Amino acid sequence: MTLPRSVLFRSIASLCAVLALLLAATPGQAAVFNPKSFTLENGLQVVVVENHRIPVVTHMVWYRTGSADEQRGKSGIAHFLEHLMFRGTGELAPGEFSRIVNRNGGQDNAFTSWDYTAYFQTVAADRLELMMKLEADRMANLALTDAVVLPERDVILEERRQVIDNNPSAILGEQMRAAQYLHHPYRIPIIGWESEMRTLTTQDALDWYQRWYVPNNAFVVIAGDVTVEQVRPLAEKYYGPIPRREIAPRDRVNEPPQQAARRLELSDARVQQPSVSRQYLAPSYVWGETEHAYALDVLAEILSGGPTSRLYRKLVIEDGLAVSAGAYYSADALGPGGFGFYGSPKPGVKIEKVEAAIDAEIAALLEKGVTDAEITDAKQRLRADAVFARDSIRGPANVIGRALATGQTLEDVEAWPARIEAVTRDQVEAAARAVLKPEQSVTGILRPKPAS
Amino acid sequence: MRTHLTRLLVILPLLALLAVASPAHAIEIKRVVSPGGIEAWLVEDHSNPIIALEAGFRGAGATADPDGKEGLASMTTSLLTEGAGDMDSQAFQKKLADLSISLGFSASQDGISGGLRTLTENRDTAFDMLRLALTQPRFDPESLERVRGQMLVGLKRERERPGSIASRAFWTSAYPDHPYGRRGSGTPESVAALTPADLKQVVSQRFSRANLLVGVVGDITAEELAPALDRIFGTLPATASLPEIPDVQPAFAGDVMVIDRTMPQSTVLFGQRGLKRDDPDYFAAAILMEIMGGGFGSRLTEEIREKRGLAYSVSAGLAPMDHSAAIAGSVGTANARVAESIALVRAEWQRMASDGPTAEEVADAKAYLTGSYFLSLDGSGRIASMLVAIQRENLGIDYLDRRAGLIEAVTMDDLKRLSASLFDPKALTFVIVGQPEGVTATKPAPGQDS
Repeated sequence: MTLPRSVLFRSIASLCAVLALLLAATPGQAAVFNPKSFTLENGLQVVVVENHRIPVVTHMVWYRTGSADEQRGKSGIAHFLEHLMFRGTGELAPGEFSRIVNRNGGQDNAFTSWDYTAYFQTVAADRLELMMKLEADRMANLALTDAVVLPERDVILEERRQVIDNNPSAILGEQMRAAQYLHHPYRIPIIGWESEMRTLTTQDALDWYQRWYVPNNAFVVIAGDVTVEQVRPLAEKYYGPIPRREIAPRDRVNEPPQQAARRLELSDARVQQPSVSRQYLAPSYVWGETEHAYALDVLAEILSGGPTSRLYRKLVIEDGLAVSAGAYYSADALGPGGFGFYGSPKPGVKIEKVEAAIDAEIAALLEKGVTDAEITDAKQRLRADAVFARDSIRGPANVIGRALATGQTLEDVEAWPARIEAVTRDQVEAAARAVLKPEQSVTGILRPKPAS
Repeated sequence: MRTHLTRLLVILPLLALLAVASPAHAIEIKRVVSPGGIEAWLVEDHSNPIIALEAGFRGAGATADPDGKEGLASMTTSLLTEGAGDMDSQAFQKKLADLSISLGFSASQDGISGGLRTLTENRDTAFDMLRLALTQPRFDPESLERVRGQMLVGLKRERERPGSIASRAFWTSAYPDHPYGRRGSGTPESVAALTPADLKQVVSQRFSRANLLVGVVGDITAEELAPALDRIFGTLPATASLPEIPDVQPAFAGDVMVIDRTMPQSTVLFGQRGLKRDDPDYFAAAILMEIMGGGFGSRLTEEIREKRGLAYSVSAGLAPMDHSAAIAGSVGTANARVAESIALVRAEWQRMASDGPTAEEVADAKAYLTGSYFLSLDGSGRIASMLVAIQRENLGIDYLDRRAGLIEAVTMDDLKRLSASLFDPKALTFVIVGQPEGVTATKPAPGQDS
């Protein structure tokens, strides 16, 4: 989950979610995006993905810090600072950043996750230099006063009301994370706990900025109608002069093994339609038993890759119990990933029957495994989707940024199709057995509050 | 730390004043006419082995649903890909999945459109699947009941989302006696009553060569596309049978309606009459609305969000339709602050009506509207949608080349005249879902049980 600065720009979070699945390519065709990369002397890495279809570029700056790096008691500060990065530098007045982008015909926004914070602009290719100038400026020269910080704190409190508190399903999701992660900071919502958000100060924001916003803790991804030869001198000119500064390493506590299944129920008068969700603690590409990660990607595709996949076919079409059902695997994380299931009943069906049907599917998977045909079909779909992933400018920039920000390398991104291709049936079944254990699950039930 | 970039940034304001180069020239649109007389607009692009096609049917959307059958267009679009010809739902979907063909339909108030995306190697099969969906959908009882259940649950979910609750009441109050006052998702009663005969009637009456608009993008030549158009669409009837939809003005009369829901934040929608897409002042209105509620830097965002922190999201824009036009906006704000937010919206409306925009605001809005249009064309499917939209609005095949000029040609006099006649604070109507404080409702919201 990421939280964008503005709901006026919704596409980015969904793009990220979708494109995680789209990263694949035909065998023998080693490259996915053919990114080119160089690193400045101050430690800033720059990645370029060329796409010359229309004269447009997307310019993204990613910082390797997110809400999971927050100090206890300061929840929400990573996301708050993201908002404040638009509130002025020594040169620019509050709000001027976006106004300049807009009057150059461009769009800009930003988003924060547990592991990263990213800023981006999409503009005509001949405006790239200006964007680099602006981002370099706020990498080094943010200027904040209470006069702009305090109203913005009210904005993020409204954001919390809109995104979480007005939405019972988001409230349950927040509670489920807090139950799933016993110790790891992924248990804390990106937006923050309200009581702590209210106390965040200008100094807290500046401390956060000083601690993390340095070129050696950032990287730039540029995609679109530009070449690496054009980018290099511009990067040296604008980002190059910003001095590197040693920063404290990201210090994250680890997650102990989960040993007991957890279960939450939320009854809310606002809820009309019940639903069930279940998440298992899982490895990510870089955390835990990472050897299972690619097999879990294939497993998620088998269980949930469209209307012919196992869960939809069984629960929705054959048994007619549910209106929706599916599964997902999130592996792009520095810390623990998650493998999840969800379903919502057809009118007149009790939510318990949907949960039991999901349990039965999991049991059948663990007992009988998957078929060779399922493996072949899943790989084929992932492979074809890679071609579609290249049909975009913003998409590849997001995929690459997310990978680099969560501990992967460009080589990992480009090798993804080959690694998916190498997954065997035995590996998928072993991964399912390793992850789908009741004791490492959290189940959440959302239901209407019965009339009193 | 602060010194390095200062010198560089001094020249920023100068750069920012330069006009935006329009990327229009990069998109060359060809008119392709099949031997059977079916027209499509094509943007050839052979850089990836991908083809995207969009087919739009004018007038085929929810406004064509008979009274009591609201939700019909929506249910039809869901079922077109649930089996066709000799393939049942799972066979049809499996074929799409196995060949990585993406095919889906959707209905708006005014039209129905279908989007297809395929790898070049599966082109002919993909086109056949589209033809089958449009001409021989099965509407098997199992699929129909499943989709009906999904729609009924969708309606329940609408009732738990403040934005959907507000939207239904807002549009119903604006168009009490017109199809635009109904929601495309229907009602529990209307959805429960829809039959296979209703669905078949949509297919036979609303899809024709006369109201068809086609946009194609990607790895296909004009010579290859022309015969394919006949294969896909050639068996459609020559003309559609669509109800006459009267033109109508929205009935916004300055009311405030409150729908009581226990929510920490109120969802507020507001609106007044607008301008249709073919109005000569359309771009002038687009410039004014960009200045009023277009996003960061707009007056509403500045006053409500940036200065006072009253909301996370606030925006307003034009909502042109085939037979009417509105201006619609929204703001989400804590219950205790609704009165202040509404007062600010009204004040900004009055200020625009009295004083019009400033020259700087106009220059910025023109630059944004000119440049940003092309940023959304990120992918073949989006370009195909644009090709259909330009045809639907009769803007001309050279529209991309002319668009920037049309925006630049809007004068300050145009804008002053229009801002005085368009912005009508007394007619500005509010629908609020939540428990707003200090707000007095002037009439009940439509369709509320309580």
